[in-house]
Amino acid sequence: MSLDKLKGKVWKVGADIDTDVIIAARYLNRSDGEYLATHCLEVLIPEITTKVKPGDILVAGKNFGCGSSREHAPLALQYAGFSCIIAESFARIFYRNAINIGLPVLVAPEAVREIKEGSIIEVDPSTGIIDDVTNNKSYQGEAFPAFMLEILKSGGAIPYVKEKVKKRV
Amino acid sequence: MGMTITEKILAAHAGLDKVTAGELVNAKLDVVLANDVTGPLAIKEFEKIGVEKVFDREKVVLIPDHFVPAKDIASAQQSLDIKNFARKQNLKHYYEVGRCGIEHCFLPEQGLVLPGDVVIGADSHTCTYGGLGAFSTGVGSTDLAVGMATGELWFRVPETMKVVFKGKARNPWVTGKDYILALIGKIGVDGARYKALEFTGEAISNLSIDARMTMTNMAIEAGAKNGIIAVDKKTVDYVRKRAQRPWQVYESDADAEYSEVIEIDVTNLQPQVAFPHLPSNTKDVQEAIDVKIDQVVIGSCTNGRWEDLEIAANLIKGKKVHPDVRVIVIPGTQELYLRAVQEGLVQIFVEAGAVVSTPTCGPCLGGYMGILAKGERAVATTNRNFVGRMGHPESEVYLANPAVAAASAIFGRIASPEEVSK
Repeated sequence: MSLDKLKGKVWKVGADIDTDVIIAARYLNRSDGEYLATHCLEVLIPEITTKVKPGDILVAGKNFGCGSSREHAPLALQYAGFSCIIAESFARIFYRNAINIGLPVLVAPEAVREIKEGSIIEVDPSTGIIDDVTNNKSYQGEAFPAFMLEILKSGGAIPYVKEKVKKRV
Repeated sequence: MGMTITEKILAAHAGLDKVTAGELVNAKLDVVLANDVTGPLAIKEFEKIGVEKVFDREKVVLIPDHFVPAKDIASAQQSLDIKNFARKQNLKHYYEVGRCGIEHCFLPEQGLVLPGDVVIGADSHTCTYGGLGAFSTGVGSTDLAVGMATGELWFRVPETMKVVFKGKARNPWVTGKDYILALIGKIGVDGARYKALEFTGEAISNLSIDARMTMTNMAIEAGAKNGIIAVDKKTVDYVRKRAQRPWQVYESDADAEYSEVIEIDVTNLQPQVAFPHLPSNTKDVQEAIDVKIDQVVIGSCTNGRWEDLEIAANLIKGKKVHPDVRVIVIPGTQELYLRAVQEGLVQIFVEAGAVVSTPTCGPCLGGYMGILAKGERAVATTNRNFVGRMGHPESEVYLANPAVAAASAIFGRIASPEEVSK
């Protein structure tokens, strides 16, 4: 299976965006993505589900997703429509969680500094190459280690592990 | 080149003689933990994997603590989900409300986590158990599901940042909370991102186990994968009376490799207050004393242990809470709650005008039991002061140690414990 290229409009947020800002704990009495999406990033982008189009890409500063281990955070972003998140750096639990649910997350500091809100960009998760279509410029994000790419290709950690468990039996 | 404690534990659990930072290993898990918020999602993912049973019914621990006793119907369903799963899987360590407490207070107290363990928990503050010399780290629900199914998980062996806490604090109110806030203030909320934080030095040796767990608990607030403190006599004394299985003690080799070594001299350290909206936004308490407050929370997996309650009670004893302030005291476990009743702490708090709650994570994460209105400010002994953490996005949380919180409760503003008359 190959990983498709992702193309969408850029939404930008700042540094140290924590998991409470991504999805506040008062909404964690439920864990379905559709519901969580309606409150995703609501302090920064109110009514996000009416604004973000499926495929849009979130571009963030350093340490994105710091704080809690709640997988509800990448899930909310995924269901809000984001196809990919690019950041200067990611907090580690968020990073793992995103890969595990099949949401590509790319580390690309130069791209974060230069790409502007509203631009159309195209991302190749297999290579880490980011094309800013609007401004006709290309960036190299950090490529995934082989096994993480395998997880993403499987559609997340559960289908990936399911295959491995099957083989063992 | 030798290994750090973290590297030794991971190597032993991966069946390897040696590991080095950056290496990817598959490690066997001693404890796999989830709560009423992260558990339901983990169970949903677990059921997709296609295995019938969890890898070991004695190693999967489910604790309802975040929104319990249930704050609403949806939360009640989440608690029921983990209870049903625990019964179906015949889990040894599921506890109903009233018989457990805040997970990271409860597991060490009951001897469920021990030195040398590898522990994953679907809660970011799982790093607490490093205070007992375990490798423990927070994961998401999917990783937890994989852990429940297979009993192992992949880890990137983290670089270790060594932090040496030197000296003896002259200020008697300075404790573990202040050491860790001072460190986060110095290195930032991503200062130890992906790394192990190893705390050492004279000041750490002098700390109680309770205070050590406060420090490792907040390793995540510097972005660390885990926090860890070497086992000493105090640790062994703590563990011996609780453990129901053998444990293994590891120590860092003299020639272990560290990515950085940081020294913090605590001699002149003052109680720290982290201003909104990041735990790294620290100041000495003396610079904070004009901040008026509406609420004080004393508790949480960070500072809800016996020493914390005792420090607060000793300051509040015979005093009254400021008329404009709500004070919520939350013992971390049922055992602590009972002891607080028996030793008169609950009476001290109630007579002063505080609320004493059953163990819950409630207010710390803005769940319930102390939500802030727009514009309100709280001093809390908790771990995070992000935007909207404890309620309205325009409310504010100031993080501090239990003594500062107790003094602030009396004065209705952030106060230094030294201001409280004997």
